[in-house]
Amino acid sequence: MIEHTIPAVNAVVTLDVPIPEVIWGWMITLNMWAKSIGTGVIFVGAYLLTRHYKETQKKVKFNMPVISFIFLNIFLLFTLLDLHQPFRMLNIFLHPHFTSAITVGAWLATLLTGVIFLMSAIVIKAKMNKECKIAHYYDTLLKIAVVLAIPVTLYTATIMGEATARELWQTPTELAQMLFAAFLCGSAVFLLIGGEWSYDVKRDLAIILGVSAFLSFMIYMGEYYFGHIKAEEVGAILANIKEGGEYHTLFWVGQSFAYIIPMILVYLSLKSKSGSMLYLASFLAIVGLYLTKHVWLIIPQLLPLS
Amino acid sequence: MKLGFLVDLNLCMGCKACEVACKTENSVPLHSWRLRVKYVDVGTYPETRRTFTPLRCNHCEDAPCERICPVSALHYLDNGIVNIDKDRCIGCAGCMIACPYGAIYMDPETNTADKCTFCAHRVASSMMPACVVACPVEANIFGDLDDPSSNISQYIMKNQKNGGVKVRKPEKNTHPKHFYTGGGEVQLNPLASKREEGYSLFNKITHLDHIGGH
Repeated sequence: MIEHTIPAVNAVVTLDVPIPEVIWGWMITLNMWAKSIGTGVIFVGAYLLTRHYKETQKKVKFNMPVISFIFLNIFLLFTLLDLHQPFRMLNIFLHPHFTSAITVGAWLATLLTGVIFLMSAIVIKAKMNKECKIAHYYDTLLKIAVVLAIPVTLYTATIMGEATARELWQTPTELAQMLFAAFLCGSAVFLLIGGEWSYDVKRDLAIILGVSAFLSFMIYMGEYYFGHIKAEEVGAILANIKEGGEYHTLFWVGQSFAYIIPMILVYLSLKSKSGSMLYLASFLAIVGLYLTKHVWLIIPQLLPLS
Repeated sequence: MKLGFLVDLNLCMGCKACEVACKTENSVPLHSWRLRVKYVDVGTYPETRRTFTPLRCNHCEDAPCERICPVSALHYLDNGIVNIDKDRCIGCAGCMIACPYGAIYMDPETNTADKCTFCAHRVASSMMPACVVACPVEANIFGDLDDPSSNISQYIMKNQKNGGVKVRKPEKNTHPKHFYTGGGEVQLNPLASKREEGYSLFNKITHLDHIGGH
């Protein structure tokens, strides 16, 4: 800051109360990460059922709702655990305040989890050779799930946008990041479980993974190098990362795991027409996304607000 | 009626009477503050001076905390006060993330968010907020902004020339109803002053890890 270089206005806080640092911590990171997987498998699963139905339908029809259900529940569980008054969660439904993206998200995520629960019940019953009266609704439920998964994926970006105190999080860029994160995770999950699928299917998944990683990485780099132009606060936050602050290493580890290495592996895989490298790319993308999201969640909270 | 607050920083002498009165009046727990007075030392020795800035909720007209609260625990009263219903709060801390002024804290005893309410319970009984009563130099001025004859309106009108009335972070478009006169950048902009670990007068704690709950 220019103020710090002029002796006459050199200013130091000499007495203040301790200020709270991290308010939203790893549970919120886990929330966003699990949600990306939970909705990502729906998007990519729906794509596979449209484009490669014959080859993938058996595996996708079962795994898509089950994996989604597990991760949506992880997301909801940690949302609940992060509340300081978890038993009052019911107030979101009894006293909703719809200007809050938290409320809208909670309602839509609950609806989506309900739909995914029905889809899971259908496929699990079928697996157990039991009759299911709603089995013929699977495709209709999938369409509803895809539609609901869009706002559920995106709403966290709106919460971040509503956080007026944190200039680093801007709704439009966070919306894109949330969407790319879902596609990244969805494709990575199916690459990990789709061992016997043909190279054609894997190539499609690899392209989704690679393009999502590339676009996410571009947005982060855009923020990293040009973010300081839009606000003094963003400049101060990013300076901390750039100048070897506490989260400098984790930021680059996250970027490398989530985006840089998977992009390289996808490129090499497409060039050699081999699917084996995609396992590593997928695993790293999923792990790296957690780290990336965590750093991005924490760093604006390190800035004193008052 | 639209209640507002103004602090004349030329008068404030950093006695912290307001801080203590607020703590007592509202039973604010240890490690939590609804109102605090920040000291910032400006200049380089021997040309130095100390500034004092009382910081509390700004009761914004377009309050981000009210907007993000999922259960309307934070809500507007008819007189413009941004009030909090602690019995409804679910403790999501969304308000703490949203408030650009860091004015909201998590009460470690109730595990709910809390903040300055301009002593809404006292105002309802036609009393002044505790901090106003405690101030020995009448640096805290509280009243109806809609009434042109009120003390605060007169004060604002008198000091408005030459940009003498300021709010914190006007670029956030929250339209605070808490004003300052006699303040400069170092007092109102947290990025204009340094916070050095272990460089405080009476304590060495700069950051608080625990915010209540888990």
